[in-house]
Formats: sequence, C-alpha cells, structure tokens
Amino acid sequence: MHALTALIIEDEAAIRRFVRSALEDEGYRVFEADTVARGLIEAGTRKPDVLVLDLGLPDGDGVSLLLDLRSWSKVPVIVLSARVDEVDKIAALDAGADDYLTKPFGVGELLARVRALQRRRSGGEGNGSLVRLGEAVTVDLANRSVSRGGEPVHLTQLEYRLLATLLAHRGKVLTHRQLLQEVWGPGYVEHSHYLRIYMAHLRQKLEADPAQPRFLRTETGVGYRLL
Amino acid sequence: MDDDLRPDPDALLAALPAPRGKLKLFFGAAPGVGKTYAMLAEAQEKRAAGLDVVVGWVDTHGRAETEALLAGLEVLPRKQIAWRGKQVPEFDLDAVLARRPALVVVDELPHSNAPGSRHPKRWQDVDELLAAGIDVYSAMNVQHLDSLNDVVSGVTGVAVAETVPDHVFDRASEVRLVDLPPDDLLLRLAAGKVYLPEVAERAAGHFFRKGNLIALRELALRRLADRVDGQMRAQREVQSRAPVWATSLGVLLVLGQGDEDSAVRQAARLARALSAPWHAVWVDRGHASAAARSRALAALAQAEEQGAHTLVLAGPVPASLIADYARRHNLSLLALSQRGNRARGFWRASLQQQLAQRAPELNCLILAAGERAKAAAAGWRWPDAGGWWQSTLACLALTAAMLPLRGVLDAANLVMLYLLLVLLAAVRYGRTPAAWAAVLSVALFDFFFIEPHLSFAVSDIQYLITFAVMLTVGLVAGQLVASQRQSAAQAGRREAHTRYLYEMARELGSALMPEQVGEITGRFLQASLNAQISLWLPDAEEQLEALPDTPLAVDAALVRWSFDHQQAAGQGTHTLPDAAQLYLPLQAPMRTRGVLVVAVPDALALADPDNRRLCEAVAALAAQTLERLHYIEVAQQTLLSMESERLRHSLLAALSHDLRTPLTALSGNAETLLLALQREGRAEQEQAALLLAQSQRITRLVTNLLEMARLQAGGVTLHQDWLPADEVIGSAIAALGGVLDTHPLQLDIDPACPMLYGDAILLERLLVNLLENAAKYSPPGSPICVSAAAEDGRILLRVADRGPGLPPGDPARLFDAFSRGERESAISGVGLGLAICRTIADVHGARLSAANRHDGGACFTLSLPQLPPPALDFDPENLP
Repeated sequence: MHALTALIIEDEAAIRRFVRSALEDEGYRVFEADTVARGLIEAGTRKPDVLVLDLGLPDGDGVSLLLDLRSWSKVPVIVLSARVDEVDKIAALDAGADDYLTKPFGVGELLARVRALQRRRSGGEGNGSLVRLGEAVTVDLANRSVSRGGEPVHLTQLEYRLLATLLAHRGKVLTHRQLLQEVWGPGYVEHSHYLRIYMAHLRQKLEADPAQPRFLRTETGVGYRLL
Repeated sequence: MDDDLRPDPDALLAALPAPRGKLKLFFGAAPGVGKTYAMLAEAQEKRAAGLDVVVGWVDTHGRAETEALLAGLEVLPRKQIAWRGKQVPEFDLDAVLARRPALVVVDELPHSNAPGSRHPKRWQDVDELLAAGIDVYSAMNVQHLDSLNDVVSGVTGVAVAETVPDHVFDRASEVRLVDLPPDDLLLRLAAGKVYLPEVAERAAGHFFRKGNLIALRELALRRLADRVDGQMRAQREVQSRAPVWATSLGVLLVLGQGDEDSAVRQAARLARALSAPWHAVWVDRGHASAAARSRALAALAQAEEQGAHTLVLAGPVPASLIADYARRHNLSLLALSQRGNRARGFWRASLQQQLAQRAPELNCLILAAGERAKAAAAGWRWPDAGGWWQSTLACLALTAAMLPLRGVLDAANLVMLYLLLVLLAAVRYGRTPAAWAAVLSVALFDFFFIEPHLSFAVSDIQYLITFAVMLTVGLVAGQLVASQRQSAAQAGRREAHTRYLYEMARELGSALMPEQVGEITGRFLQASLNAQISLWLPDAEEQLEALPDTPLAVDAALVRWSFDHQQAAGQGTHTLPDAAQLYLPLQAPMRTRGVLVVAVPDALALADPDNRRLCEAVAALAAQTLERLHYIEVAQQTLLSMESERLRHSLLAALSHDLRTPLTALSGNAETLLLALQREGRAEQEQAALLLAQSQRITRLVTNLLEMARLQAGGVTLHQDWLPADEVIGSAIAALGGVLDTHPLQLDIDPACPMLYGDAILLERLLVNLLENAAKYSPPGSPICVSAAAEDGRILLRVADRGPGLPPGDPARLFDAFSRGERESAISGVGLGLAICRTIADVHGARLSAANRHDGGACFTLSLPQLPPPALDFDPENLP
C-alpha cells in the first residue's frame, strides 16, 4: 500500500512548516503550494488524499479554488481560516469543504480532523447496513430502525431523515443550509429553527446527556457534525 | 350592501383618543349641594383600592364633615404667588406634574388663577394634567358653564365671571351629577351648612330663592342630558356611516354690531345644538375705533376657543362679503345680533335686508340682545386727530386764495374747487377729516362768498341747495374714497402676506443650514409684521438652544413648555398671555422641530387672526424646512456610518488576520517542537511547553481584545435565531474543551425551558467566558453548576461556582472593562471577559447580574426576555 499524500495550500511558510511536520509524523507524503494557481496544479498532478487549504491566499480566494476543485475531485478538504466570521467558513463548507479550523489551531486538532476524514474515506467502521453511534446506539440503515442499549427507539420520519443525512456525511461538518435543503427541501433553507428543534429531539432520544452530546455535535453558528 | 355601512377602520382609529388622563367632573346646580364632599369620598374609595391619590387643591370652607374626608389623603402644598404686594395661594401645577400621582383632586374648576400663573384659568391647568396622563377629579356648578353663563345670570340676576368652556365639560370622561332637591338645599342653607363666599353673600338672598334653585337644577339636568345625547350621537357616528349626516348646516356669526360676548355664546350654543360647524367673521370696514377693533378681535378669539373658524373680512360692502363667505364655506345659517339690525337707520337698508337681497337662499337668525348690551352705553369718542389740522388749513388757504377772485369767478366754480379739496382730503386723510373739510368748506363758502359777505346769513335761498349738495357730495365722496382706500390697504396687506409666504417658501427651499432658516424666517417676519424673531432648536440631548444672531430677550421656560406641549404660548394665547412674545412650536409631520419666538412692537397685531395665521404659516414652513434639513443630515450620516462601518469591519478583519497568522505559526511550531522533544524524552520539553502555553495565552488575549473591539465598535450585526438552551450550554462546554476537566459540572436544564432567541456564537462566547471565570476562580474539584429555566416571562441562565465569591464592592463594577476581582491577582487575564459578557447581554436586550450564593460561591445570571416561540408550519410527525 502506497503512502497517503497530503497537499497544503498556504501562503505562510511558518504555518506550512508545522502542518507539514505534523502530517509527516502521521505518515503522509506532503506537498506544498502557496498560491491558488499553484495549488490547483499540485492538486491535479499529485492527486492528494487530503487537502489543507488556507482561505486567504495572495492571488485569490480559497473558496473559488474549492469550487474549481470540486468540479473534478472529491478529495477531503480541511479549510483554515484566520477570520472569526462564521460567514467565510459557511461559504467554504457550502462550496464543498469537509471541515474547517480557525487559526490559531493546535496540531492535535488538525490531526484529529484529518483522521476522521480518512476514516470516512476508507468506508467507516460499520459492517453492512448496521452503524454504531457511540457505545449504545445502533442504526440499521436497511430496516430504517434505531436502537439504544438494545431497546428500539421510535424516530419520526423527519428525525430519521435528519439522522440518515448526517450519517451519510459522517465526520463532515454540514451547514444549516445543507441540512435543511436535504431534509426539508429547498423551500426551508431559512427555517433554521426547524433544524434546531429536530436536532434537540434526536439528542433527547439518542444521547445519554443531550447537553453534552457525544456524537451529535454542534458547530456553533455553522451547522452540525456527526462523529 | 351592508358592508358599506360598516365603520371605516380609519375613522374608528381616529376616534380613539390619545392616552390622556381621565377627567371626572362633579357637577352641581348650585353651591352647597355637596360636590366637594362627594369628590373626596370617591377619592378616599380610590385610595382604599390602592390608587395613588393626592389632593392638589381643595377648599373645605371649614366644613367639619368634609375636612374629615381629607384624613389620610396626601395634600400637596399650595404655591404662593405674589400679586399686588399680597401672597395669593394658588394650585401648584408643577408640583403635581413632578409628583405624578395616578389621580389628583383639583376642586373649583372655574377658578381664575392669579396673574403671573402659567395659565389664566384652572381648567387649563387641569387640561395640562390630563395631557400628562394624570387622572383628575374636579367640580363645578352649572352657572360656570360658558354657554349657560348668561342664561343663569338672566335667571338669578347674579353675574358669574368665572366660566369653563363647554368643551371641557363635553370632553370630560365622566360627569357625576351631585343632586340635592331645592328644599333640602334651603334647609342646609338655613342650618348654616353652606359656606358662601363673602362676595356672594349679598347676592345670596337673591340667588337662593326656591324658584331659582329649581330653574338651576333643571338647567343642570338638561345640560347633562344634552351631554349624554351628544355621546349617543357620537357613538352612532362611530358605529355606522349612516347617511343621516349628509346635509350640512353651518352657522356663520357676523360680529361687529355690539355685544359680541353674548352673540358668541349664543352662536356657539346654537352650533352645538345643531351639531354643525360654525364660523365667526368680523367685517373691518376701515373706520372701526381701536376699542371696537380690539373688542371684535377678542370676540373672535373667544369664538375660536368655542370651536369656530374665524376670519376678519375687509371691504366697504359687508353684506356682499358676508354672503360670499357663507356661500364659499357652505354655511346656510347667518346669525346677526339684534342691535346691529336696529342701528342701521331708516334711510339705509339694514344688514339683514341687504343680505336678504343679495343672498335670498341664506337663513338669517336675529340673536337676542344680551343683558350686557342693554347696560353698555355706546360711548362717543373723538376721532383720531390725523388730518384735521391739515384739512382745516387747506380750507382756510383755499378761501384766502379765492378771496381776490370774488366776483371774477362764478360761485358754482368756487363750489367745485371746494369739492375738489374735500375729495383730496378724503383721499389723503380718510373719512372724518373729509367730513370736517366738507362742513368747514360750506361754512367758509357761506361766510366769505355768499351775500351778505362776512356773515352766515344767506340772502338767496337757492344757496341752501348748494350747501346741501356740497355737504352731501363731500360726505359721500369722502366715505367712498376712504372705504376704497381701506379695502385697498387691507387687500394690499393680504397680498403682501401671500407674496411674503411665496417668497419665503422659495427661499427656504434652497436653505441648507438651520441658520439660514432662522435668517430667512426673521427677514420675512420683519418685513411683513415688523417683528423680531428668535429660533430655538433642540440639540441631540433635546435641550433647546437659540440660534445665534437673534437678539431677543426670551423666556426659556416658556420656549420649553411650548416645545414639550406642542402648543402656542405667550401673547395672544391661553398660556401666559401677558408674555411679551408669541411662542410657536415648529410642528413638522414627524415631530416638533423647535420653537419660533415672535416679538411684535404692536401688541394688538397678534390678536388679528390674519397676522396670527401668517405667523403660523411661517412657523409651519420653517418646521418643514427644518425637517427636510434633518433628513438630509440623517441620510448623509447613514451614508457616512455605513462607510465607516465597512471600513471598521475590514480593518478588524485585517487586524485579526495579521495577528492570528503569526500566532498560528508560533503555537503550531511550539506544539510540534514539544511533541518532538517529548518523543525523544528531552529535558527541553519543559521550555517548549512553556512556549506553547504562553502563545496560547496571547491568543486568548488577542481574541478577547478583538472581540471587544468588534462589539464596542457598535457595528455588531446580530444573527439571531431560535436556540434550545441545552444546545447553547452544550456548545459552550464543548468549546471550553479541557478547561473544565478539573471541575465537575452539574447541569440543571429545565426540560420545559423555552428556546432562546439570540446570536448562537455570541451567547456561546458569553457562557464560555462565565464558565472560564468560574473554573479560574474556584478551587479544583469544586463543582460548577449551570442551570436554565424560565421565570416570570424571562429565561434565566445561571453559572454558579463554589469559589470565594464576589469581591467586596458593587458587583456591577465587575463588568467594567479592565476591572478584576482582585488587584495584582496571581490569576492571569486582563478583565475583558466579563466586559464582553455584558456587551453581549446588552445587544441581546438581556440583563447580566452577579451575586454571591448564600451557601458560598458566586453566581452569574443572564436574564433573557422570553419571546413567543416560532411556529412550525407543518405536521411534525409527517414530511412536508
């Protein structure tokens, strides 16, 4: 099995330096680029297994690179943002990014995200149609049934659909807009309170402590993620 | 269609009164029926029911039973007003306004205030209280009603000077009749239970006759019935737009024929009885004496107070002016006073007859002469001296010049020359000098030119015809010319007013600064009324400031009053009419833009409705211009603030980017270094860990500073949404990561807690800061409690710890930026955390408070308003 490759598109050499060493420690072959143009060429030629992308590049916006990239590649992308504004992250996620990190971030955080994305890419851990969430919850995708600690849990249609959408993109951050569009339909993308109410229901039914969820995680101001 | 008769919603809305205080009137037929007693008894009941009741003015006249009712009520002290060297106690309006009770008792509504008070009448004080939203109890008798005043004095023979306009009575929310049968009242009087003011003592014997009391009681009951009837009709009008009211019947009162007072009352009563609009006009034919003029103007003011539209008409032929006015305003009933009708003389048609000729379609009503008219003798007065000497001299000079020509010129030609002189006198000096010149000419002509010379005797009887013709022609010509001159002057004045207004409107249209508005307004009022002005405009704190360059001694308190009450004050109004200037609020569509102070050298000028209207029109123009300037400024500022907000936002974003990038490199590389050193088990890992910890600390600091800058720059846009409480708390706990590892968390989230409406990121930030603080200031191992519940319409989020509690001092100071519990504390941080929390709470309209728990530790509470939750517009169990 050949080594996994990673591509870092970041204009700041000092940041590239430590991201590179972290990824190399993880066993990746790492390539670097410092502009949008260079990054697109590298992504095309190196066919990386993971892409770390800074949103603020000297010759353009990371989001435009993403849009371009998504037309021909499904490589997992982690976006780095120096801005606190959630709008940028949401734009990047809607454009096809899988996850995001706000600068400054720790090496541990970065590696955790990379591992989660790789896991999903390699097919996740479940066998067949059975998926486990945490220790107690099992989802049977074939029978559309959910059980918690062996006991069947009744989910409404919408709740199940929400859970299934999250499961399909497990590990990835899904924005409110993406979830509303998939579960409720395009007419409901502004009704984010629907999503919050149903997410609360799901947590009540599946999580041991709804206020400190293990797998139905909140990405504040951005969306949700199923771990 | 039934639909068409349903009330128009706009009309219903317009019918709703503004939130004013309610006036309850205790109404009686005569003094001594027990109004004050009834009023205080009711006030006591209200007080017992828990209402905040104070007594603003009550005179118990030493009656013990009434005095007993004052027990327990708060009686406000009276104001002492110095007048003619005496201290006169008066009702203290400002004390009540400052005290702001729910209900105030102010007895004796018709009372006239001492000169120098804000309002001449107590009912105006009460009106201001009502406008301020304070309920008022007051009392009055039927003889104090303006419209019934002369009826009552006709019945009883006792004149009452203090009156209350009928609209006060009609607009009172409630009128309670305090009734006592005449026999009982007479018994009370005999028993000495009725206090009589000394002035009235003499009249008392006359007043308190049984016949009088019965008549008064009937009047009171009937007036009350009228009021109820009026309400019923008003209600009917509100309930449906029935076509009953389609025909219009308007009353036009023609003033200027003596006894205006009584005429105004009667016309007002008539109009009220007919529920018709009414107008009052005075025809200025140019020869009214100053006294007659001011009497007519005062009557017009009185009419306006009684709800009339008023106007001064000018012209030589009153009948045609009146007929035109009535037609133009669709007024079908003319009211004329009897005296004017009689005084016309036999050779000239009476005004009534002229009107009947010119406008046969109008109804004429001859008003009964009032009591006062009979008493008032028409005083004769010397006419103005202007032109008398000149006319006399001219006549003498003509005579002197003609003497040598005696015998050369025919007598008829001499007469012509005299007539020419009379005509010139009329043109130059007006009617009376012309008449004088005519008489003098006849006398001189006779004396010097008619045989026998130097004698008034006339030899040829023919000359008597010459004299008569000469005199008549002189008088008629003088009269005609003078009238013409007068109406030309009046028309010229009006035309000038209109021209001034046009020009002013045009100039104001191009004004760009408030100073220009002041300058233009001043210039035009100077030109039209020879007036001085001062323009007062509110600043940002609503403090009124005079524009510079308007040197006028002005009563700033009155300016304020006029601004606050949006009412004209000062000269010619009801509020401090003794003031030297007129204060006009500049009312624009959106709000009052300031106050225009007008000072006119001739005090009477402002009593003329024409001039008053000119001032009001000028004020309205100035107000609209000021409002336009205001919105120009608003638009510019909005543009400016949008621009500066954009700039601030991009500046903060750039700053954030430029600070975070090196910090990321610093902490990331430090962490990498630490991991590498740890793997090799090197001793330097300690330094590497320090490096990492310090860089993380700087990061937190920078994050807080940037956050504070962003929040305090004022440009925070809230992304508010409905958030479940457990999600907000949960995401804050998750964001803190390992910080809370040392403290066990106790979560107590009420499952029934409704959703919060707020910005998810900011609320998370707030909770993160509170939790971080709790962890920082409480010993490891001690629990931190987080709870969420709804209480009294608010949602309370609490973070409580078991630490040392709050530092001594005001807990509110904790939330100030750069303030920390302990000075020189070993615990790191710059004290921005709580300041950020408070700012976030503020932008959410929430309250953040801190307190010590009674069993140790500190507790921070965020209290958010609870809003009605959003609706789910689909069946939750099924797909849309």
